[in-house]
Amino acid sequence: MSSVTLTDIVKRFGSFTAVHKTSLEVPEGAFVTLLGPSGCGKTTTLRMVAGLLDPTEGEIQIKGRRVNDVPIHKRNLGIVFQNYALFPHKSIAENVAFGLKYRNVSKDDTKKRVSDALELVQLPDVGERYPKQLSGGQQQRIALARAIVIEPDVLLLDEPLSALDANLREDMRVELKRIQERIGVTTLFVTHDQSEALAMSDQIVVMSEGRVEQVGPPQEVYNTPASEFVANFLGASNIVPANCMGRDGNTFVFETETLGRIAVPADKAPKGAAAGPAKLVVRAEKLQLAPRDTPADGAVSVDAIVETVDYQGQAVRYFVRAGDRQLQAINMIDERPFAEGAQVSLRLRPRDCAVLPTI
Amino acid sequence: MSVERREARQPWILLSPALAAIALLLFVPLVFILIYSFWLRTATGADQIGFFLDNWQEALSDRFYRDILLGTLKIALITTIACALMGYPAAYFIARSRGNKAILLLLLMLPFWVSYIIRTMSWINILGVSGAVNSILLSLGIINEPIQMLYNETTVILGLVHFLLPFMILNVFVSLDGIDETLEDASNSLGATKWQSFLEVTLPLSLPGLAAGGLLCFVLGAGTYITPLILGGPTDAMFANLVYEAIITQLNWPLGSALSLMLLVVLGTLVLIYNRYLGMAQLMKGLG
Repeated sequence: MSSVTLTDIVKRFGSFTAVHKTSLEVPEGAFVTLLGPSGCGKTTTLRMVAGLLDPTEGEIQIKGRRVNDVPIHKRNLGIVFQNYALFPHKSIAENVAFGLKYRNVSKDDTKKRVSDALELVQLPDVGERYPKQLSGGQQQRIALARAIVIEPDVLLLDEPLSALDANLREDMRVELKRIQERIGVTTLFVTHDQSEALAMSDQIVVMSEGRVEQVGPPQEVYNTPASEFVANFLGASNIVPANCMGRDGNTFVFETETLGRIAVPADKAPKGAAAGPAKLVVRAEKLQLAPRDTPADGAVSVDAIVETVDYQGQAVRYFVRAGDRQLQAINMIDERPFAEGAQVSLRLRPRDCAVLPTI
Repeated sequence: MSVERREARQPWILLSPALAAIALLLFVPLVFILIYSFWLRTATGADQIGFFLDNWQEALSDRFYRDILLGTLKIALITTIACALMGYPAAYFIARSRGNKAILLLLLMLPFWVSYIIRTMSWINILGVSGAVNSILLSLGIINEPIQMLYNETTVILGLVHFLLPFMILNVFVSLDGIDETLEDASNSLGATKWQSFLEVTLPLSLPGLAAGGLLCFVLGAGTYITPLILGGPTDAMFANLVYEAIITQLNWPLGSALSLMLLVVLGTLVLIYNRYLGMAQLMKGLG
């Protein structure tokens, strides 16, 4: 059974359509991420599920119950806001206990559940303190504790990590996922950060300009993007125009100007792929730079010149010119990176290509 | 000079103009008034310099002064409560309105461009015997002769509310405007209705503004003499009117000084008690 079901949801603000006809199912217990750049409609969608916005059209169901006309305080949702939204005049324990006040929970029970929740977020001793006395990361944990202590039907997370600094964000990511798995609550997570989405989600919903571009597990969305937008938004990709020459046994043969002839395994191409113009997605980290004189070992090999070197520590991002196209490649550094202007050979294994569906 | 010493001095350098002004314009005159209050006005109308307790004895023992003082505090309190009840919703409306906040605030400031005395006198044109209300009622035939609506305690309170309401609205607005609106969303999402969220979150967080506005209205209301002078009847004098009377009409500076110090001490004590119990420091706790 799915926990949250959106059916043909539309949201308009005046003449502006923030969310175009969208349907979505969040399975029970799943961690589903709405991913996209700002203004893509992901937060609007979340706010409609939360009851903070009314959809213009369509139906929202939570646990099989239509909630369009159910006010927010009766939806039994746990929401974690981007800015934590802790009550500054209440102690941490009072903050966490807040939702229990409206649920006929006895005093003893409240005490126990609050301390359990604080235990779960690994801050058992801060109950007496006030929000301002905690760090940003700690406040975030308290906001999470406050949202889950009420045992919500759905946990809604609105960019909860974006206000934290980079190191803390990665720790919290692991922590958040651990807690979500432990209590098994259905979670709808909104982020613009692809690495958060890839690391945490069971399902990623990639959105752009108010439309869903692709829905799928992280690996599927990453490896076989359904559109140019998805390919570019998740990681660094090169989109290479190609011409499909047709099927040859277990491969589709593509002719490209930049990378020559590539025989892509049939399972990498969308169903119904046929001869004609097409687009290949080549992930930047799958494009390897090698000295010109080394053997290609069955990989596609094309001559190129390094134009820009963007050193990143354990990896390096190159912008290289092959023919009249600039491509980017992200390689782990072995000994030392290639210098700008170096004459190199680009290597690509055909099975590392993905083919975009032709529309 | 060391860096620490220079840094320790800096606040005092910045404060010095204000401190100088307060010392010269407030503290020194207060000392004069204190000295005056122990002088004595003789039957000839001349002030006798010395240390006499007569004025204080009169001010503290005469029931007349005590009753007017209590009446003054009552009027100030009613005015403050009325301002809070009327001002809070208005402030809430302005704080939550989108787009036209600046215009609404400008409208709130507009009355300050007209003299307080003129604003107070405008009520005569509205409620007076030949004022707007009476004229309308007469022309509609609802009444046959004008009703006397002015010059009583109610019109004094009306005038004070008119004068003080913007102070209340501004103070409450400032604290409401600083409250993050997602706090109400968070409260709603946890199961509180809109009204419960208001009572649990918004109202407590706006109390510092309400307390500051209330204090301002009370002190300004209790210290006024213009409103009762213009809108009150002969029996509606407030305490400041007695000071005015003693000093301006009777030219009895020693008694006027004793009375004004008495009002100062009473109001000062009330402010201290207020601070202790509705303590603003207490309210600010947790707000960081």
